[in-house]
Amino acid sequence: MSKDQKPSIDPAGEKPKAAAATPKPKAAPPPPMNPALAGKTTSAAAVKRPVVKARAKKTPDDTSPLMPRRAWLGLAWGSFTAATAGCLAATGRFMFPNVLNEPPQQFTVGFPADYGEGVDERWKNKFGVWIVRTPFDIVHEGPGFYALLVTCTHLGCTPNYLSAEAKFKCPCHGSGFRETGVNFEGPAPRPLERTRIVLAEDGQILIDKSRKYQQELGQWLDPESFLSV
Amino acid sequence: MADSKTIQPEEGALVRAWNWLTETQVWTSVFRHTAPINDRNRVLVMLSNVFLHLHPVRLKKHGVRLRYTWCMGGLSFFLFLNLTFTGLLLMFYYRPTLEYAYSDIVGLREHVPLGIMREMHRWGAHAMVITVWLHMFRVFMTGSYKPPREFNWNIGVIMLVLTLLLSFTGYLLPWDQLAIWAITVGSNMARATPFLGYEGPGAQLLAIGDVQLVHAADDVRFALLGGTFVGEGALLRFYVLHCVVLPLVIGFLMAIHFWRVRKDGGISGPL
Repeated sequence: MSKDQKPSIDPAGEKPKAAAATPKPKAAPPPPMNPALAGKTTSAAAVKRPVVKARAKKTPDDTSPLMPRRAWLGLAWGSFTAATAGCLAATGRFMFPNVLNEPPQQFTVGFPADYGEGVDERWKNKFGVWIVRTPFDIVHEGPGFYALLVTCTHLGCTPNYLSAEAKFKCPCHGSGFRETGVNFEGPAPRPLERTRIVLAEDGQILIDKSRKYQQELGQWLDPESFLSV
Repeated sequence: MADSKTIQPEEGALVRAWNWLTETQVWTSVFRHTAPINDRNRVLVMLSNVFLHLHPVRLKKHGVRLRYTWCMGGLSFFLFLNLTFTGLLLMFYYRPTLEYAYSDIVGLREHVPLGIMREMHRWGAHAMVITVWLHMFRVFMTGSYKPPREFNWNIGVIMLVLTLLLSFTGYLLPWDQLAIWAITVGSNMARATPFLGYEGPGAQLLAIGDVQLVHAADDVRFALLGGTFVGEGALLRFYVLHCVVLPLVIGFLMAIHFWRVRKDGGISGPL
């Protein structure tokens, strides 16, 4: 790295330079010193001048007008660390895409007149909801629609609707739910969840799965959890 | 004063915690040697650590002379690591089927934050082909293929072919018109392979009576494409070759290559 090591590795390259320089390169006698100062640190001008000369010759990069070597190293490591951290952050962000190819959370399911009374299974596979038309809802005390999520409240399986027994039955652990969504058998701890159900501008039923209503929290009382007709 | 007492300077909580930590069995199992502050300890640390042993204990001065080595071998390896990592990430999104391949490639640009992961893989691949060629050029021009490095030159030639095959197989995966026709043209050359391709010299000789042994549905091109044209079979085969088979083989050869560099006297230097 520094020039004082170079002659031992590549003597041929250094020769002409040494010859062109002063005739007494290395064996230059030390400057005369005050005997009283021998072995002591001193700032006397008499010994300072040759030291500066030697330093300037030995490591020219330390005398750079831009920045000292140590500051440059700090800047280099700092920017390297920052770049690495930035790349790591970008890599982590890569795992979270901006677009999802998943079923929509909000969708229209046709006009109220398209539905007869009872549980309708036509959107179970596509959107994951049962649309139920009831003549009398226990919560809202009137006829209308509600939408039940097809996710069992025990461990998240998808129950089957058994029309003969008028209940939802989960095949995983046997949880049973009435058509209202209220659990009555098996390990499920709470009723099925209802979703937001309103009329869209064109008169169709609009389901919004991003808003869920849990009976045990009293959320079934929310007017948007039930569509009166 | 009668109730005076001596106050011992006490070690701070941090110092005590540090001392406790560095004496635990876990710590001493990870940091098995003291700091490499002298020659003996440096050798000990370098030789007993699987990561540090990848570098030699001592490096010849000419080994870091950029004007001599061009650092092209190191850059090729760096690019290979880069391509392995970015390729791994791309595999989270890319599906090698006719239905999804192209749209997944578009999605890697449009649906994913920044959208440059695929570009990094693509440009890195171009760069690696260039650096591998330049590495070979440098080795040739400096005569570094001469004894005792002849065996390593052979390994290098195989790795050059593997690099080109990685580039070739990866070229099909975007599944756009460019990819399909480039691979169609490229794989058509395999038809003319002597004896193994059905249009190659000698293939006509391989027959029993009237029955041709080498024909369009069982020759070497069919083995590469998994079909008689560039279709779903070719896409899946090229995907498996690109992501699993070729990287494993070239990684294995790299290990041999680097080991031989050390055994043949380190990075070759000026004579």
